[in-house]
Amino acid sequence: MKYLVVILVALTAFASCEQPSHTLPILGEREVINGDTVYHTIPDFSFVNQDSQVVTNATFAGKVYVADFFFISCPTICPKTTKQMLRLYEHFQNEDGVLLLAHTVDPKRDTVAALKHYAHNLGVEGSKWHFVTGDQDEIYEIADDYFSIAMEDPEAPGGYDHSGRFILVDENRHIRSFCDGTDPADVDRFMKDIESLLNEKK
Amino acid sequence: MKRSSNILGGLLVLLAVLYAACDIKTYEHGEILYENFCANCHMEDGTGLPGIIPPLAGADYIGLYPEKLPCIINQGIKGELVVNGRTYNTEMAGIPQLTEFEITNIINYINTAWGNDFEIVKHLDVRKALEECE
Repeated sequence: MKYLVVILVALTAFASCEQPSHTLPILGEREVINGDTVYHTIPDFSFVNQDSQVVTNATFAGKVYVADFFFISCPTICPKTTKQMLRLYEHFQNEDGVLLLAHTVDPKRDTVAALKHYAHNLGVEGSKWHFVTGDQDEIYEIADDYFSIAMEDPEAPGGYDHSGRFILVDENRHIRSFCDGTDPADVDRFMKDIESLLNEKK
Repeated sequence: MKRSSNILGGLLVLLAVLYAACDIKTYEHGEILYENFCANCHMEDGTGLPGIIPPLAGADYIGLYPEKLPCIINQGIKGELVVNGRTYNTEMAGIPQLTEFEITNIINYINTAWGNDFEIVKHLDVRKALEECE
């Protein structure tokens, strides 16, 4: 009888994992103001992409997007994270509801022209994947809002320190998921989260 | 007769096991060095980053210019480079602290990993190539 209970509990736990689509939580700090829950929200921003176009929150209106931080001459994790972003780019190529937003943490060297060159060499065309540059302080500040690190550090390889996280933002500017962009298996899991967020909208 | 064939069989099994064990250990040192010095950019599976960092797995360049590899590892490389028909132009920093032996081990790991079947190099080849770098 004891065993039966254990098996039943295990089965229930297993079944609960098997639900095809679950709603992703809204991540970050929240506070209750006048009875309403206010969730962590990505603030207003304005950067410039590889095609010299201004990229703001409005660019992502009605869409979900994946944000990350990188720099072109990065000798450590960036090639790996860029390769995983490229996977997302290819996977969601025909899904207009998903955009990508890569912020350089090295705006001094990563000019619009340098970003254009980089995107072109990668084979990235069109307006799905925005490589943006802008005011360094603004980029470093918004990294905090994306639960990421971006800072200048002469001691770090290449001169900058940053995390290789990918952050999933929904159409209400809320963070719904993130992953380690250097780990292909974690990116697999993240891709499923993107898909379930898309399904949530349907 | 039966006994001698048993012994022979046993020897064959022993040889096979030893061979397999040696095979696994081949260029293990090169693999560790590769992971520490090369894999960030060229990736653990040698595929690089399309258009930005050339692949090493299945790269025609290795077969075409084997003598250039020691110099590239030691001194780095700048300027255009064509690998499997695609042009690359990302500067690579050299790794001057690697010894001839370490470079030899890395190259032999690259030349035999991920389905690569390029010729094994000897450390004297590497020494000669390094003496003749541009």
